[in-house]
Amino acid sequence: MRTPTSKAAAALAAAALALAACSTPGGDESVPGVTDDTVTIGTHQPLTGPAAAGYSTISAATAAYFAYVNANGGINGREIEYLVKDDAYDPAATQTAVRELVTEEEVFAIVNGLGTPTHSAVLDYLDQQGVPDLFVSSGSLTWNQPDVYDNTFAFNADYVTEGAALAQYAVEQDPGAVVCVLGQDDDYGEGVIEGVETVVGSNEIAEVQTYSVSSEDLTAQLGAMMAAGCEVNVLGTINGFTAMAVGTAAQMEWFPRWYVSSSGADYPTLAGYLGEDLAPVLLQGMVSVNYLPFSPGGEWVSLFEEINAEYNDGAPFTGNTVFGMSVGYLFCEALAAAGDDPTRESLVAAVESGDLVGNGIVPLSYSGDDHAAYRAVGVTVVNEGVQDYVGATYEVSAGRVTAIEPSPVPLENEGIPGE
Amino acid sequence: MSTPLRALLLTVLAIGGTFGLDPFRNYQLATAAACFAAVAGLTVLVGLTGQLSLGHAVLMAAGGYGFASAASAVDGPWPVALLAGLVAAAAASGALGLLLGAAAARLRGPYLAGLTLALVIALPAAANTLPLGGDQGVRAPFLPVPEPLAALIAVEQWHAWLAIATAAVAVTPLVMLRNGRAGLRMRAVLDDETASRLSGVDPGPVKAGAFAASAVPAGLGGAALAIATQQVTPGGYGLGFSLLLVVAAVAGGLGSIGGAAIGAVLVTVLPWGLDELAALAPDGLGRRLDGNLAVLLFGAGLIALTTAWPGGAARLLDRLRAARPLRLATPSTTTER
Amino acid sequence: MDRFVFLAAAGLARGAVLALFALSLVIVWRTARAVNFAQAAMAAAAVYAAFAVTAATGSYWAGLATGLAAGALLGAGAERGLMRRLPAHAPLPGIIVAIGLVMVLQAGLAIAFGPEHRPMHPPFSQRPFLIGGVPVLSPYDLFTLAAAAAVMAALALLFNRTPLGLQLRAAAFAPETARLLGVRVPRMATLGWALSVAAASLAALLLVPTELGLNPHAVDLLFVNAFAVAVIGGLDSPAGALLAGIGTGLLVSLVTGYVSASAAPLAVLALMTLVLLVRPGGLLAPKEARTA
Repeated sequence: MRTPTSKAAAALAAAALALAACSTPGGDESVPGVTDDTVTIGTHQPLTGPAAAGYSTISAATAAYFAYVNANGGINGREIEYLVKDDAYDPAATQTAVRELVTEEEVFAIVNGLGTPTHSAVLDYLDQQGVPDLFVSSGSLTWNQPDVYDNTFAFNADYVTEGAALAQYAVEQDPGAVVCVLGQDDDYGEGVIEGVETVVGSNEIAEVQTYSVSSEDLTAQLGAMMAAGCEVNVLGTINGFTAMAVGTAAQMEWFPRWYVSSSGADYPTLAGYLGEDLAPVLLQGMVSVNYLPFSPGGEWVSLFEEINAEYNDGAPFTGNTVFGMSVGYLFCEALAAAGDDPTRESLVAAVESGDLVGNGIVPLSYSGDDHAAYRAVGVTVVNEGVQDYVGATYEVSAGRVTAIEPSPVPLENEGIPGE
Repeated sequence: MSTPLRALLLTVLAIGGTFGLDPFRNYQLATAAACFAAVAGLTVLVGLTGQLSLGHAVLMAAGGYGFASAASAVDGPWPVALLAGLVAAAAASGALGLLLGAAAARLRGPYLAGLTLALVIALPAAANTLPLGGDQGVRAPFLPVPEPLAALIAVEQWHAWLAIATAAVAVTPLVMLRNGRAGLRMRAVLDDETASRLSGVDPGPVKAGAFAASAVPAGLGGAALAIATQQVTPGGYGLGFSLLLVVAAVAGGLGSIGGAAIGAVLVTVLPWGLDELAALAPDGLGRRLDGNLAVLLFGAGLIALTTAWPGGAARLLDRLRAARPLRLATPSTTTER
Repeated sequence: MDRFVFLAAAGLARGAVLALFALSLVIVWRTARAVNFAQAAMAAAAVYAAFAVTAATGSYWAGLATGLAAGALLGAGAERGLMRRLPAHAPLPGIIVAIGLVMVLQAGLAIAFGPEHRPMHPPFSQRPFLIGGVPVLSPYDLFTLAAAAAVMAALALLFNRTPLGLQLRAAAFAPETARLLGVRVPRMATLGWALSVAAASLAALLLVPTELGLNPHAVDLLFVNAFAVAVIGGLDSPAGALLAGIGTGLLVSLVTGYVSASAAPLAVLALMTLVLLVRPGGLLAPKEARTA
């Protein structure tokens, strides 16, 4: 008995001494993920599982944009390597994926990690490790806490802002209409409800219904809303459930006005669900808000369509494509501004400087004490199968909605940020 | 060698092993240790009493939530918070296990499987209804490396130590229970309920007790996972994860603790390894392969392994050992169901 | 009251599909003493076959027939190719192989067809009839109910009134005795699997047009709920599957409409716990032998 134990102990001590270096933190002084000619960044995305249908095309679009930039010489002479890890929208898998990106792949930054429950799971870890956590793909308010998470920045306009802007436009178009909300039963739906309440007043929403993402249908919810006499339905739903809500209501011969948050109002995607024949009819007049340049025929869309054709195998061009490429553009802009020898600190400082303009139709609001991206959104309406901005633009701050003028960013230098 | 001594030796060995691993592998080791505790509980339950639970992920979640809330509530030095968290984890999962066990004692095979499956499906709904933080879950406190060790080891390695120690604390009593009178009773109930009743062993309490005894290590596994990840979310304990625990128990060999360790490593490391392998596939094959190819390979491997060796890894090792003249004794738990 | 009628009608149509899928689980349990955890993925694969044929020919009915045939083939293939190779009387290896099969099928479908939802159009209108201004069942709902009822009646006849049905039951219940009496037991198991997966495919084919669209995970939730239904009704009882299916459909619809969507899974869990506490073998369980 004694012999094996003491032998093991001796071996162990030796091993401990020999291998301590292997697992000890720190060491060299170089910047993680940055070499003379490459910058390696990573992200977590749902490439498999039920959420893949809605979101797996975003990272493909971002990767295509980076391929375009790399083919044109990269940023400050460095090519961007974009590592996409699948987390199947499972927070446990996100943990593993992000740790691997940070410790094994030694990425420079995490960019556009997707989802509220998933990204919440790695928020503290990234903070402890001091990894820049840029442009989170979710409209939760969680990402805008510069005091707590000084390296984390949001990308989406937050859900409260979107809900408030939708309600404001509804009230202006249609004073006195019965306003109802259908929301997802998480922070997305809650944020939209909160936003609508800031405009119409709390307890003034005629009917609030929720659904869970595992639901099979919305019949019960829409029946209740129809019975409550709703005229304006504000939806805090993802694309699939927007399509289902509109389709189910049409089956009941009910045609209320739809006001949909940007995360669930992408016309090409909705048309995919509803069918090309029905979509223009059912979605006619659908109101939504957005902040990215997706106007058909616009200079940004033309560029993105070319990139999509050349670097993304001509995948279907949807709102996800514009979203993914816009994220890529913003990262390149931040990287260019981080200087010839970028460090994690200079990258975060570049975002906080307030000098980034992005490619939105409204100004970016990043600063040292504000890590939200877009505090204003523009209203879009679907007309005869074409979704475009109508001019009305709202800024939401401190519970107040004010109308502003849109200020689209012109395309420069063929969409490749320089210094 | 007595069980506690052997456990101590293995724990020290495992902790020594962490020095050979880089931070990411240590993180994987911590998750494997957490899964090991849960799989050990499950394998004893299924192997010894024949009760199939598809809901051990929920018991892990109960432990995780218990750990997170208690450890966050304690305002004191970290060992106190850790201890309070572990006690709460064991209490939460044990209580849920006892409740489930009481129901389980009356149910047979697929009916129990159905009930535990419904439990897993209801977890996200419960997290939204009860004060458990909804989809975003709750934070567990971050335990930094203690001052004297800070220069020597990284935080992942420290968390691996804590997870390994927690797993050891969870599994050792389970092994002792299995090898003692309680284990005998469980096997008697499995072999023939009527006969065991005739010899004075009431199957009801034995089955319920076995369920609770299997729930506590699962809960401590959940606590270990919360230490490593600092987060407990309902999404992390879904049906897929719950079924993976069953896969680990069966692939390792039902009833075998060593098998549980093999199974736990298998289900935590293999999907990742396959993902790496699939990443080597040429880019031209299209984006649809991303992620899916790894899942496909894992499933195919699972089918091949199970059809080749339905008894799992432990049975295979037993057979190899039996072929050698000197048979190293392991507690025999070769009851197959 | 209007709301109640509306919700009850919606629950009835949903319950019929649930009952049909639960019935498919009852079939494979009665004929092979197995719970097929790959039922959802196999049914989804069959619906993809139906989808492809409907897209190519433009005929819903050709697609439906293809889907049923594909389901039967998949079921028979899984039994012959995999399940038969596993040790008898050990349910767990079968479950693990089924889990492996789920991964292979779902990943395979995602690789072959992509993760997108593909809209499937129903053969009849989904526009509900209005009775007193309240929308109730649509023609498609009636088709669903009729199809489910027809399949259940046919299977009840098969199992209870034909020699083949007797052989099917005997082969699962007492394989040794059945073999002595000349029943070709392995063939019966294959037939049971084929019938079961075909029934599941039909349920999936009826469900998908009312959902977001076809994708590799379109049937997952139906399987989980149907398993709960089969357990509530009693795994040996087709009538139990029907009763529990309709009951659960109504419960889910009413709870969603009156309480909230996230309360529905909790209600199902509560119903199941309640039923199993009173009747551990499900609502319509056969009498068990006394053990003490």
